[in-house]
Amino acid sequence: MIRVTLPLHLQTLANCDREVTVAVNGSVTQRAILDALEARYPMLRGTIREHVTLARRPRVRFYAAGMDVSHESPDATLPDSVASGEQPFMIVGAIAGG
Amino acid sequence: MTAIRILVGTRKGAFILSSDEKRKKWSVDGPHFGGWEIYHMQGSPADPDRIYASQTSSWFGQIIQRSDDGGKTWFQPGSDASEQDNQGMPKGESNKFVYDTSEETGKPLTTHQWYDGTQHPWEFARVWHLEPALDDVDTCYAGVEDAALFKTTDGGVTWHELAGLRGHASGPDWMPGAGGMCLHTIVLDPSNPKRIFCAISAAGTFRSDDAGLTWKPINKGLHSEYIPDPTAEVGHCVHRIAFHPSNPNTLFMQKHWDVMRSDDGGDNWREVSGNLPSDFGFAVAVHAHEPETIYVIPILSDSLHYPPDGKLRVYRSRSGGEKWEALTKGLPQEHCYVNVLRDAMAVDMADPCGIYFGTTGGQVYASNDAGDNWMPIVRDLPAVLSVEAQTIS
Repeated sequence: MIRVTLPLHLQTLANCDREVTVAVNGSVTQRAILDALEARYPMLRGTIREHVTLARRPRVRFYAAGMDVSHESPDATLPDSVASGEQPFMIVGAIAGG
Repeated sequence: MTAIRILVGTRKGAFILSSDEKRKKWSVDGPHFGGWEIYHMQGSPADPDRIYASQTSSWFGQIIQRSDDGGKTWFQPGSDASEQDNQGMPKGESNKFVYDTSEETGKPLTTHQWYDGTQHPWEFARVWHLEPALDDVDTCYAGVEDAALFKTTDGGVTWHELAGLRGHASGPDWMPGAGGMCLHTIVLDPSNPKRIFCAISAAGTFRSDDAGLTWKPINKGLHSEYIPDPTAEVGHCVHRIAFHPSNPNTLFMQKHWDVMRSDDGGDNWREVSGNLPSDFGFAVAVHAHEPETIYVIPILSDSLHYPPDGKLRVYRSRSGGEKWEALTKGLPQEHCYVNVLRDAMAVDMADPCGIYFGTTGGQVYASNDAGDNWMPIVRDLPAVLSVEAQTIS
């Protein structure tokens, strides 16, 4: 199972814990994880990536194995540590404020 | 026995304030949706326990929430038990606002004017205003940024754009105000189900006489010195319009600068700012029982978003404009530098009429005597974005 961590606002929306697990068949990519996540939590559709284009929302970031993979291809294979469940795929709200 | 319910949207959640008809003691419930911006909440005239809420975030996008029990519990429309997927989860389509570009009912996705004068694509950002239909709990209109009008007829499960407004030929001349290019006001004519008024910053006011299919700019008489042609057909930063349901041809407007009035359904406007200390402001409201009694809250200027002289004053005109009196009893008359946004003033239907407004400082003030006396219901909420009043029999 893939471990996914969510920011507070999305935990509230999905009524779930900070970390959830999803099953992915085949290559473990951003797209595959987000497809599985949105299938499990449909209320998250449109909150992480746009409804129609499926582009990442500008103020959302993805981290995997300690790396910012936000600008990687959504179809790039993620590190083995994420695929094995050793480390979570992290969905993060970009820091802003003052 | 009449009860009053005040729906307050703030930068960090929603609050519901309740009282009996005396409107002296209030209970405060919230925050709902803590941490999310609640741009607007509005109850259905057909059933006050049906409330729609716009929950939004620059990070995570747009959510529509609905309550069927007066705000006690909330859900995303489409998440009924009968409509869950095979894992027991809601289907979650209610937050899908997609401009209609179909050949059958839509309009091509074009561009509008950007801050620097260049053309910029239409991009959905959020729902600013929700206006439930007068006679059907499942029908509701949504005004969005970038400016467009959406409609649901299934209680908010799905939303469909009425693309004739966004597709108006003047669209490329519309431009965003400081808060974005938002459709922030929707007014439904109770005497004519096909007539809808909308206001957009900064495009102006528009009217449909065919239930939203086609639209006409109605900005004749507006004068805005901050645009290249001060009397242009579109481009005016209209902040809010309001009318009395018994007299829907008489419209009142708080424009960026100027308080305006129309007596012919918006075809022609004239200024009625009169003796106001400043005619800049955001909110305008009409007394529930006196069609010529109106309220505004003057703000010093577009650069200084706070009241003149540090005094928070509601101004009331009993003559439909021109002659105004300051209402100050119970409101801070020194060191007050809050703002009152366009959707943050409302009236109830009780007698005497109650008036309510919320500030960017987090106060919600109430008057139970048509504005003569005021008291704060709450003082320390997050910045208030919207206030609506429900009168429940």
